[in-house]
Amino acid sequence: MKLNSLKYGAVVIGTSAGGLDALSEVLPNLRKEFPIPIIVVLHISPSSDSYLTEYLNNMCELLVKEATEKEVLEPGVVYFAPPDYHLLIEEDGSLSLSNCEKINYSRPSIDVLFETASWSFGEKLIGIVMTGANWDGSAGLKTIKENGGFAICENPQTAAVPRMPESAIDLAKPDLVLELNEIGPYLNRLI
Amino acid sequence: MQKEQKINSTENIEIQLLFEGIFLKYGYDFRDYGKAHAKRRILHRLGLSDLKTISDLQSKVLHDESFFQLFLQDLSINTTEMFRDPDFFKEIREGVIPILKTYPFFKAWHAGCSTGEEVYSLAILLYEEELLSRAQLYATDFNHIALAKAKDAIYPIGNLKEYTRNYIKAGGKSSFANYYNARYDSAIIDKSLKKNIVFSDHNLVTDSVFGEMHMVMCRNTLIYFSKELQDRVIKLFYDSLIPGGFLCLGSKESLTFSVHRELFEPFNQKLKIFRKKY
Repeated sequence: MKLNSLKYGAVVIGTSAGGLDALSEVLPNLRKEFPIPIIVVLHISPSSDSYLTEYLNNMCELLVKEATEKEVLEPGVVYFAPPDYHLLIEEDGSLSLSNCEKINYSRPSIDVLFETASWSFGEKLIGIVMTGANWDGSAGLKTIKENGGFAICENPQTAAVPRMPESAIDLAKPDLVLELNEIGPYLNRLI
Repeated sequence: MQKEQKINSTENIEIQLLFEGIFLKYGYDFRDYGKAHAKRRILHRLGLSDLKTISDLQSKVLHDESFFQLFLQDLSINTTEMFRDPDFFKEIREGVIPILKTYPFFKAWHAGCSTGEEVYSLAILLYEEELLSRAQLYATDFNHIALAKAKDAIYPIGNLKEYTRNYIKAGGKSSFANYYNARYDSAIIDKSLKKNIVFSDHNLVTDSVFGEMHMVMCRNTLIYFSKELQDRVIKLFYDSLIPGGFLCLGSKESLTFSVHRELFEPFNQKLKIFRKKY
């Protein structure tokens, strides 16, 4: 991992049903040269193609791409877990993939990303849970909090599907609950 | 990551000691597995047990072989299906097989075959292309429980619907139902497909070359290895292949970051099929 003096080293985002619209709202708000990497799990069908990352890449200042195994995280890049693989972060700041069993009926699973990211980044990690119909990500967000990281949830009352942020709020007691359109500007100020 | 920032570093020490212990006692070498994945599997087993720390787990693994065997299953990933990634098998049929047909006899090695679904898929392809009688297939895995299931070739009937869909997408020429016999809630793969397959115990980390292969298929195994171990295993595949032989990797695996990438040329980059250079 490159040493830097920033308070935070990475942002991880997890979302499911309604997630593509939510990400289309959040990611384009992030400023050019955002100084840390962003890693995303969006629950998608195992047979999805690369349309999703291309679509978001066209909307964003930042480079949006599917994560490749063994590649090293770069600042200002948004990495997406590939369909049907879990995405893990190693302590040396590189990415790993796994096709081991589904977690919370999901592969990729938000918990797997959040947990391994937290082991690597500890208090330098920001975790965000947004709209979705199950509870994947709640345990991971709790781990992030326990290791001193910063936790944000989308406001369930206005989320497309409230279950996922609701469950994360109950379990992880996040630092902040934000509206979707507040998340991008908040990250720009925080980092 | 700065040293002083490393959290849970006691756990990392414990994991290293656990894998050293397993290697010394049982000969299985997980020391160069990807760390995040290994740690998740260890904590998973710890969570299911009444043990408190990874050091406790280490003690139990060393003193209780049946517990070790259980833990070994945690470290072995057995996600597979017949004609997994149909596009890949379609390309084997349409791109690779015409070249294999030019050999009077050929050998293919499926390394990390798990419970066997993909090697039977390959056998079905070869049968339909009238090539099975000229082929010798080797299917290997370090997990002897998975390997026993591969030899039995009995699969839950509930999976067959998806396998049939995959078979059709992969360009199947017949009816998939011709290749299995359904009994109650199981499907048994037709034994004519097994005739040319040798199943055997082989560990990619600690065992050596399988000689003179025309094709090596190893999909979604390398992703669990460190970069250094990946390089060692890719060299092992290189040494096992004849010049012009095919190396087939998983859909998210590549040779891009390997020190040995120059030894191969892409045959189908998208579907991760490579050829050993002449």
